Amino acid sequence: MRRIISILMENEPGALSRVVGLFSQRGYNIETLNVAATEDPTLSRLTLTTAGDDKTIEQITKHLNKIVDVVKLVDLTEGAHIERDLMLIKVRAQGVARDEVKRTTDIFRGQIVDVGPNVYTIQLTGTSDKLDSFVAAMGDATILEVVRSGVAGIARGEKVLSL
Amino acid sequence: MELLSGGEMIARALEDEGVEYIFGYPGGAVLHIYDALFKSNKVPHILVRHEQAATHAADGYARATGKPGVVLVTSGPGATNAVTGIATAYMDSIPMVVLSGQVQSHLIGEDAFQETDMVGISRPIVKHSFQVRKAEDLPATIKKAFHIAASGRPGPVVVDIPKDITRPDEKFEYHYPESVKIRSYSPAQRGHTGQIKKAARMLLGAKRPVIYAGGGVIQGEGSDLLVELAQQLNYPVTNTLMGLGAYPGSDRQFLGMLGMHGFYEANMAMHHSDVILAVGARFDDRVTNTVSKFCPGAKIVHIDVDPASISKTVAADIPIVGPVTSVLRELIDQVSAHQEKDAELPDAAALGRWWDQIEEWRASHGLWTGRRYAESESIMPQQVIESLYRATNGDAYVTSDVGQHQMFAAQYYKFDKPRRWINSGGLGTMGFGLPAAMGVKLAFPDIDVACVTGEGSIQMNIQELSTCTQYNTPFKIINLRNNYLGMVKQWQDMQYEGRYAMSTYEDSLPDFMKLVESFGHVGIEVRKLEDLDAAMEEAFAMKDKLVFVDVFIDPMEHVYPMHIAPNGSMKDMWLSKNERT
Repeated sequence: MRRIISILMENEPGALSRVVGLFSQRGYNIETLNVAATEDPTLSRLTLTTAGDDKTIEQITKHLNKIVDVVKLVDLTEGAHIERDLMLIKVRAQGVARDEVKRTTDIFRGQIVDVGPNVYTIQLTGTSDKLDSFVAAMGDATILEVVRSGVAGIARGEKVLSL
Repeated sequence: MELLSGGEMIARALEDEGVEYIFGYPGGAVLHIYDALFKSNKVPHILVRHEQAATHAADGYARATGKPGVVLVTSGPGATNAVTGIATAYMDSIPMVVLSGQVQSHLIGEDAFQETDMVGISRPIVKHSFQVRKAEDLPATIKKAFHIAASGRPGPVVVDIPKDITRPDEKFEYHYPESVKIRSYSPAQRGHTGQIKKAARMLLGAKRPVIYAGGGVIQGEGSDLLVELAQQLNYPVTNTLMGLGAYPGSDRQFLGMLGMHGFYEANMAMHHSDVILAVGARFDDRVTNTVSKFCPGAKIVHIDVDPASISKTVAADIPIVGPVTSVLRELIDQVSAHQEKDAELPDAAALGRWWDQIEEWRASHGLWTGRRYAESESIMPQQVIESLYRATNGDAYVTSDVGQHQMFAAQYYKFDKPRRWINSGGLGTMGFGLPAAMGVKLAFPDIDVACVTGEGSIQMNIQELSTCTQYNTPFKIINLRNNYLGMVKQWQDMQYEGRYAMSTYEDSLPDFMKLVESFGHVGIEVRKLEDLDAAMEEAFAMKDKLVFVDVFIDPMEHVYPMHIAPNGSMKDMWLSKNERT
């Protein structure tokens, strides 16, 4: 099952490599990874998505918790949460395709953030599923480049991941 | 406040930490530190002949004393040579602090001379690591390193120190913190009371109980409490390879080691048990055999300070995360409270039947008794360990290397005290025994120390015989000489129709007598059984000499019992070359 694990960790050199290294060392998968500083400059927030059965996920969270640089973590998929992935996608936009791409972008509430004579660059945010659907919906249009931020997530309601 | 250079702060911090010995080897990146150590002359430094040996010696010291071992090596090859020893300590949860030199800060990343990314290389085999960026951070970082290494589930910590921050001409205010607090690190202080209550009830309800205790009981100083609990309940106890000595080896309730080369009665009792109390053990693959067939009728209570060890391979019915001492104390109190209310607990009749069954197992297929080998003219390896046991009154520190001799020592030397059995259980590092014995002998100069080894393992760090001369560490090396890589040969006999691929030395072995004598040590050769005891006694009578006892043993002997794999359970064992369960 797919899980979103969000980690608060020391903003120290080497912290990220310890987290990522754990996954390769113990044979776990990282599907997406997103990391940036928080409002507290001593902490970074890392969000990753992974997949596995309950036993594997339990081991992953236990081993992550053992990493000295990891301050706290939460498995967001255990409760109600909001997840967002951001995609920038560059597609060929010529002839009939130019209108078609524009229409599909509107339907997905995406924005065309850069326009060239032959290409559109579209920005789209949402769940990973939505971004996948958009890529599929591009249909015959030629996709030139896709870049995604990886999932960032936060719990709904009063729950917070903080010190 | 005192002003010290970076190098001086390191020397002083080690002194303030109460470090007894540093094991190390100098080189360019650590020369400022060595100069500061030389000038302060407070903490003795042991100069090894290879950095791997520094880590094993520090590791042996740590296993014997319970205090972190300390290693100092230079950058590049100094650091990489230390890696095997760090991994060895990591696998067996041994507290160790490794200070590694690093090239000057401005050269990091430029492929400078003797540069290696030590924090990166060691990442999967350390509990934590630091690269110190500013000299002012040195005292607090060293304090943190010792704190992390020794607390919770212990392990090695690397502190990587660029040369420029140790330079003698820049001085800083020195203050060594009494304690440190790390917001992201807080090992469990006690177990969950509700879980412990449940565990007490489950234990007392058992009809066929086994206590399965591992190295965590020794590392966590829980042996006395383990004995108290086991004896209060009259429950049988088995120890893992790492746990030998946690429960007295010569006690009636002790079933011996369990696992791949475990005792028949220990493996049978585990397989047929209804409740297993696992303490400080991790259900390692060398214990469980095929996990899906592991102890089918058993409920499992698992106590460990490391939550990630619980339900990793075998699911626990009652997990308890906490230090072994506080959890066992509370468990004993809970058990006593239940017993006061109900004197019928545990079920004495069921327990009596269980012990009868165990005694039957013990009598039918106990360890080797010599009967199968009456025809052999050679000395049997088991007899060598029994002779060592007699010569040392069963009270020596025994280090070992890795292979058949390690298993024979684990099976036949009945360790009655924790910390007496010192071997590389998890990583299985050949070359561990000799340097580890150096560390143990330095810690306990007045107690007998023996290194049980074979010709393969001993040659992996034999250069340390020179270190032993320099620092006079008069332990005894017991070499089980069979002229093969014995355990490799055993597997080749059993699984490869006796094709000995690269497991013989073809008459290339050195003359060990001449070799050890060239370092100033004593060699004794034993070829006949009738000379064995006398030679062993003679060796241990030479209190101030390192003695190498080279015992020629039957080269065809195998270690039994041996789990049948793949797809076998705990109870599936070879008992000899042609008997199996």
